[in-house]
Amino acid sequence: MIPLSWYLTLAAALFCIGLYGVLARRNAVAILMGVELMLNAVIINLVAFWRYNQPTVIGGQVFAIIVFAVAAAEAAVGLALIISIYRRRSSVVAEDMNLMKW
Amino acid sequence: MSITLPQIIFLVVAIGTLFTGVMVVVARNLVHAALWLILSFFGVAVVFAMLEAGFIAVVQVTLYIGAIAILIIFAMMLTRKVMNDTEPQTNSQWVLSLVVAAAAFIGLAGLLNATAWSPLQAVSLEGSVAQLGRALVEPNQYVLPFEVASVLLIIALIGAVAIASEKN
Amino acid sequence: MQLDLLLWLIPVPPVAAFFIIWLFTNRSRGLSHAVAIVSILISWALSLIVFFNVIGLKDFGKTVIGSSVPWLPTGESVFRMGVLADPLTAVMLFFVPLCCTMIFVYSVGYQNYGKPRDPHDKVGEPPHNGVEPMYSRFFAFLSLFAFGMLTLVVADNLLLMFVGWEIMGLCSYLLIGFWYARNYDDPKKITPRGAAVKAFITTRVGDVVMLLGIAYLYFMTTTEEARHILGKAAGTLSFRDILYNAKFLEYLAEQPSVIVGLSVAALIGIFLFIGTVGKSAQFPLHVWLPDAMEGPTPVSAMIHAAAMVSAGVYAVIRMYPLMSAGWHEGGPLTPPMLAMGAIGAFTALFASTIAVTQRDVKKVLAYSTISQLGFMVAALGIGAYVAAAFHLMTHAFFKALLFLGSGSVIHGVEHGAHHSNEHLDPQDMFNMGGLRKKMPITFWTFLIGGFALAGFPFITAGFWSKDEILADAFANNQIVFYVLVISATLTAFYTMRQIALTFFGEPRTHSAEHASENVWTMTYPLIFLAIFALFSGFVGVPKELAELGFNNFGKFVSATLVEKLNTPEFTIVPMIFSIVAALGGLTLGWLVYGMKPLKAGQKDPLTVLGPIYTLLENKYYFDELYEFIFGRPARWIASVLVYQIMDRTIIDGALTLIARFAYFVGHVFKVTEKYTINDPPDWGLAAPIQWMGRTFRVIQTGRVQNYLLVAMLVVLAFGGVYYLRFIGLLR
Repeated sequence: MIPLSWYLTLAAALFCIGLYGVLARRNAVAILMGVELMLNAVIINLVAFWRYNQPTVIGGQVFAIIVFAVAAAEAAVGLALIISIYRRRSSVVAEDMNLMKW
Repeated sequence: MSITLPQIIFLVVAIGTLFTGVMVVVARNLVHAALWLILSFFGVAVVFAMLEAGFIAVVQVTLYIGAIAILIIFAMMLTRKVMNDTEPQTNSQWVLSLVVAAAAFIGLAGLLNATAWSPLQAVSLEGSVAQLGRALVEPNQYVLPFEVASVLLIIALIGAVAIASEKN
Repeated sequence: MQLDLLLWLIPVPPVAAFFIIWLFTNRSRGLSHAVAIVSILISWALSLIVFFNVIGLKDFGKTVIGSSVPWLPTGESVFRMGVLADPLTAVMLFFVPLCCTMIFVYSVGYQNYGKPRDPHDKVGEPPHNGVEPMYSRFFAFLSLFAFGMLTLVVADNLLLMFVGWEIMGLCSYLLIGFWYARNYDDPKKITPRGAAVKAFITTRVGDVVMLLGIAYLYFMTTTEEARHILGKAAGTLSFRDILYNAKFLEYLAEQPSVIVGLSVAALIGIFLFIGTVGKSAQFPLHVWLPDAMEGPTPVSAMIHAAAMVSAGVYAVIRMYPLMSAGWHEGGPLTPPMLAMGAIGAFTALFASTIAVTQRDVKKVLAYSTISQLGFMVAALGIGAYVAAAFHLMTHAFFKALLFLGSGSVIHGVEHGAHHSNEHLDPQDMFNMGGLRKKMPITFWTFLIGGFALAGFPFITAGFWSKDEILADAFANNQIVFYVLVISATLTAFYTMRQIALTFFGEPRTHSAEHASENVWTMTYPLIFLAIFALFSGFVGVPKELAELGFNNFGKFVSATLVEKLNTPEFTIVPMIFSIVAALGGLTLGWLVYGMKPLKAGQKDPLTVLGPIYTLLENKYYFDELYEFIFGRPARWIASVLVYQIMDRTIIDGALTLIARFAYFVGHVFKVTEKYTINDPPDWGLAAPIQWMGRTFRVIQTGRVQNYLLVAMLVVLAFGGVYYLRFIGLLR
């Protein structure tokens, strides 16, 4: 039997890898890929908890489905934003987007 | 205690997924990163299958790989001009980010392993897909979040079109 | 139409005229006087309808005409207001509107209607030869005055009567000070403004005390025992309820009041009488009346003959049962009656002595009015109720006639002055003379009026009324009788003096030479009033001389009282005295002034009296006395105490102090701020904040990843803290 903690550790590791990607990458699309990794980790967590704690309650899966939908929506909008920014400034380097600085 | 087969499979899949994940965030070539991302998604799908959430696994493949990863590649294509392979892909704060990520992982992992989780119950999950389908549309179950999610998707669709459309 | 409805309507036309003139017809002179005269004619007509209807009624007096409405709910009872016509009211209704109408018509001519506006005439000053600039205003005020008087006459309760009283007080102020812009070079001579204020304030003194009396009376009608006696009528000031109720009057006469020795009835009576002392210019509140001559002559006629002063006497006559409560014929007099007798008799003599020395034709008449009112008040003081009412009526006729006549004379002399371009006082009798030939109608009517005033035997109304007073005085109180006889003699004397100086001899100035008779609007009222001055006395002839006239007046009026007074036994003695007084005075006056009429520049023969003459001419220096006692302290209080000390020093000083304190506080703040916050760039409060801002703003890089990193660091820090607490390392 696979202990729950293994799944959770996997999810945590994936999450932290994604976090590093978000914090440390220059390209905005690369940042978005990191975000997708983080979301994946979240869904793994959800499903693992569902299977180990409440396998008969279908609500766990529903939760996961909803998170999928949200992730998809967010990815779409995020990429649209990146394209829009690229059109304006011809660059997708996150460091260059500092209009809100002092 | 000896390692059982499922555990071995899990370890293999886990390490694969993590490896590909790391490659996503360190690859210089963005398209390579995208491809590594797709592989990572596959690994996650296998994990879902191992958790006996078959439907979720299929949705993972269809949605993430079939839609989101493709979308990311499209976006990369549309923002290609400035990006080339030779420039460094990490920004100025990468060291601190590494530290933070590592610390986060250590903290999380430590906590998670220190907790006593309940063991797995063997239940029959026959017909859980049908059950899921019903749950999503039944008025006293989860039809409301389902509908709201669809509204959210519509909004995102309209929003994305609005933001990304070329204004003259 | 019901008679009591007519009573309600009687005061209405003049007040309607007031509003119409004020609001609508102010610009048109003809329309204004037409409105005013029509209104007073309507009131006169209504009054006559009422009068002729009531004199035929049986038992009129016990039964009266009247109606009232519940006006003010006061706890358990309701205060009612209404109208009343009893015999006394009927008499008043006969002569008051009549005199008022004559005065209104006279004013048309007096204010020079028909003549164009003289551009030299200034608004607020008397016109020289053009029409009065404030013509409409005059008629509006006269109408308001008539309204006040008529309200007072038809009122059925003390409060409504007091309302009419006060309205007349206001109008006296407005009308005496009608020529408000008039000023004199001589500072001792009072201006119309000053006279108006003087009149108002002096009568006010009386009014305040009277109001006290009214309030006290009202209070007495609401006591326990009063409720028992009056029943439903408790809490009232209605005449019928209070004065016709013998039990109630007895109750009041027995209750002791706050002043030892006086019953409630006596105290209230004295208070009410003090109101009359003010309004009817008795000593010591007589000082306003002579100075009220500053108003136009029709006003003087109105105030001093027809209306205001009559109101004072009417009030006493009306409240007579209260004042004489506890008095029975032949018994000792009640305190109010004593007061009235003393003050009335004294005033009669006092004023007539002053009248002997006056130069101004109107002032003679003013003091004469004071004196005649003294007669009436004295009559009331000794219980001669009917005589006082009778004299009130005849006095209204002949005094109004005399005043209007004097106005006619003044008008004529002014006209003459305009022609001869002389500047002189047209009212000074020593500037007149010989006007008999120049102004015949005025002369004859003035003669009739003067003889009525003097009491020329048998043919004038004044004789019969004065004789009745003297007869009553002879029967009741010898002191009063002799004082009044002397006063009557002096009255005749100064009347003859006045007539002789004005009309006999040769004109003493060019103005008198060029004087001429006035327009019909001025002379016809004189003639009309003269008829009444002659014949109105014949209703009050003693029944022993019944072949000379009728005796209805006495029977009619005495029905107003609960207890009928007996007319005294007729003795020939007082009549002889009054005939001797009248004829003697007239003859003396003729001897001094008429036989050898004075020439221009000649001094008054009476100046041989020396210091006595000066004392009389200066009115016993009463004005100066009052000025010293009351005027100067009041002015001092106003200008020094209130203005200098209270207002400027204390109040303004306090404000200045507050302002200075606020200024000081502001200065403190400024210095504090300067040394702590603002100025020094190194150690002030502003600089470090600026430095902090400059320093810390580098955090705002604008880069999302930086922000996110910081957020993650904080999350980790929190997580660490919680973990340490969880495992017990940190509390």
